[in-house]
Amino acid sequence: MLEEGKKRIWAEYQKAVPDNNYYFVRSCIRQTFFPGSEQAFIRIIRNELGKDIYETPYHTTCTGIGYHSDIIPFETTMTVVARQFALMTEAGYSNYIPSCITSFGLYTEVLETWHHFPEIEAHIRENLWKATKREFKIPDNLSHPSDIFYHFRKNIAEKAKYSLVDIESGQPLNVVEHIGCHYSKMFPGKGIGGAEYPCVLIGMIEAWGGNAIDYPERRHCCGFGFRQYIVQSNRGYSVSCSRKKFESMKPYQPDLILTNCPGCPMFLDRWQYVISEIEGKTYGKNNQGIPVFTYEELAGLILGYDPWELGLQLHQIDCEPLLKKMGIKYNPSEKYLGYNREYIGKPEITKNLFHCC
Amino acid sequence: MSFGFNILKDRQIDFDTNDLSLARFLSLYEPSFRLCISCGGCTATCIANHHSGLSLRKIFILINRGITADIKHELDNCMLCGKCVIACPRGVNTRGLILKISELTKNSEI
Amino acid sequence: MNKKVVVVGGGIAGIEASAFLSYMGFEVVLVEKENTLGGHVLNWEKLFPTMRYGSEVLDFLLQGISPKVNVYTCCEVNSISKKEHQFFVELSNGENFISDAVLVTTGYDLFDARIKEEYGYGIYENVFTSADLEMIFTAKKTLLTKQNKVPLKIGFVHCVGSRDEKVGNVYCSKVCCVTAVKQSIEIKQIYPDSEIYCFYMDLRMYGMHFEHLYKEAQEKYGVHFIRGRLSECFENVDKSILVKVEDTLTGRPLKMNVDILVLMVGFVPRKSTKKIADLIGLENGRNGFFKTKDQHTLTNVSNIPGVFFAGCCTSPKTITNTITDARAAASTIASYLLHHEIDKRTINLAP
Repeated sequence: MLEEGKKRIWAEYQKAVPDNNYYFVRSCIRQTFFPGSEQAFIRIIRNELGKDIYETPYHTTCTGIGYHSDIIPFETTMTVVARQFALMTEAGYSNYIPSCITSFGLYTEVLETWHHFPEIEAHIRENLWKATKREFKIPDNLSHPSDIFYHFRKNIAEKAKYSLVDIESGQPLNVVEHIGCHYSKMFPGKGIGGAEYPCVLIGMIEAWGGNAIDYPERRHCCGFGFRQYIVQSNRGYSVSCSRKKFESMKPYQPDLILTNCPGCPMFLDRWQYVISEIEGKTYGKNNQGIPVFTYEELAGLILGYDPWELGLQLHQIDCEPLLKKMGIKYNPSEKYLGYNREYIGKPEITKNLFHCC
Repeated sequence: MSFGFNILKDRQIDFDTNDLSLARFLSLYEPSFRLCISCGGCTATCIANHHSGLSLRKIFILINRGITADIKHELDNCMLCGKCVIACPRGVNTRGLILKISELTKNSEI
Repeated sequence: MNKKVVVVGGGIAGIEASAFLSYMGFEVVLVEKENTLGGHVLNWEKLFPTMRYGSEVLDFLLQGISPKVNVYTCCEVNSISKKEHQFFVELSNGENFISDAVLVTTGYDLFDARIKEEYGYGIYENVFTSADLEMIFTAKKTLLTKQNKVPLKIGFVHCVGSRDEKVGNVYCSKVCCVTAVKQSIEIKQIYPDSEIYCFYMDLRMYGMHFEHLYKEAQEKYGVHFIRGRLSECFENVDKSILVKVEDTLTGRPLKMNVDILVLMVGFVPRKSTKKIADLIGLENGRNGFFKTKDQHTLTNVSNIPGVFFAGCCTSPKTITNTITDARAAASTIASYLLHHEIDKRTINLAP
């Protein structure tokens, strides 16, 4: 692999990422699957980087899931998006940071539509006024939180207590990066690094000491897509998509998978269990799965946050082997203690997949 | 444990793992086999194609890809009329190849 | 009172046109940017469809460059200005000429395969272009993978940078299909046990004997042709290239591993000719090559009276066609300079 070829492409696909004053919008599902992630993001931005980040409880879903499942028409979606922008304008911000990748893709799509068809934008402004008496300004900048972390990856690396290195052998960990489809496949120019070799996660991995793996099914969708998994009998399609990726990455012996979408880590994490039940196959060493992380969780880990506060106990694939590899200190007995130190319950033991405790 | 769904079979032809032995044998036995460009002239003129779906074009392609599990009985309906030989623009000995493939099928060599 | 012609570009078109013009009795100045004449043919070992050496053709053409032709190598045209029927030409070495006609034979560039990001040229070590392969043949080097292993499976990808909306080149580059067939045969001659797969959208075997070459490649050498466009390729752990193609004839996606992947890069208009175009005011056609005055009858004539074209600067051509085109340009220029009646024919222009 000749890295200069990739670097040349990355130089062509750079975008402006704002330095401060972020208007943060949460994801519908990320908080359910990975409760610690968004909290970690806000904590890192405020406490570690000292930046201003604002969120309001009045914001709603962007309706991306409904739009992509053909349940909500585009005009409704655009009006909801307009309301989100109106809340941002009223709060006095202009840098819009949506937590979800699908949202990011949707907002980009809506802004591009309005850019090329100003009459639609005028119509939506009218809709919003009639429905809520609100007005909005187009954000100066639309970035994804992973772009922000990419922008500050070296600052995070400076404050890091751990790095992506196997402490026993001293070798960097093999990290597979997985970008959400809606980040750069629809509009390659809006993603850092473009659509073929996006570098937003590779930049983080390399800054934090790891070794980024490139494998053949790198750009394959994990199968989330909304349409297929909403109906139970279609989920076989989703599982097959993820399985194709696992089969392709296995020869490279990855230590972990890093993603930036809320849906992808959910699927890549949970489907390893489903595949182990249906086919009896696992993809890590010793019947272990490959642990899957979001970028907020990984940043939090290397900054020394408590893994259970980050919500890692809710992962299907146990993270403890990786924590041991990185030399991260954690308290095993606190794993199933919740927010108020109450016992939150323990999952059933899996048949084929390694379960450490 | 039943999840209500199952892992789907992959449609992608994994060329490296397919068995190309029949294609290799036919290439040596009848070198004109290599000249087929899948133009479909043979299949279009084939009488059996109209009523039984016998597609010589498809059979040759499947052999070349190593997907030979499906072709065991495909050639049963061929009447050996020879129209395909007349139609072929590249001079492939289609009738001779049909006879050879049928012979190999009967001897269960596929 | 000898009329003078300045020929810009010392590839085979420039060489042959200069040769004919000088033997017709005109004074010729041949200007070439590089330090040798010959252009792209210098990097081509064997030519289709006969497999004869390109150097033989070049030697034949160069025999026509008599001492009467003033050859300037390592030289570019800095400025050209037209006054009435003459051109004031200034070269980068400081020399000036007053010329009665200008012949532009600046040729083409090869498509930069790095633009097709998904094919990984410049990223995956074992992805080559057809030009890289030809340079290996010309330098008489052994064809090996970048890991110094003998390649057992080689893939050829047709239409890289041609017939492709995404890179902005809609046209067909004409010569790449038959070059792929030629190079497949050459590799089979070196490694008879290798398996070669050509991934094509259409096979353009238009010329005389091209179809023979294609048949020979299939029958004698066993080259395989798979109809389907390469969507993307990747590098495996062992550095072989994983190829993903739609097998249109079975209607299913297909993947296979090859040791070396060769991209058949097409022709693009030469970037440096924009300078000449701007200097004289030459028009570009729809595809970025120079526009000829009429597509049937005036293919050597430009929109500026006294400025003519020959060779690939107007469209992709084979070597045979380029040599013919150069001789045609010489005749056209001669009849223009000598005010022959034949130069005054008219037609409703279809440019």
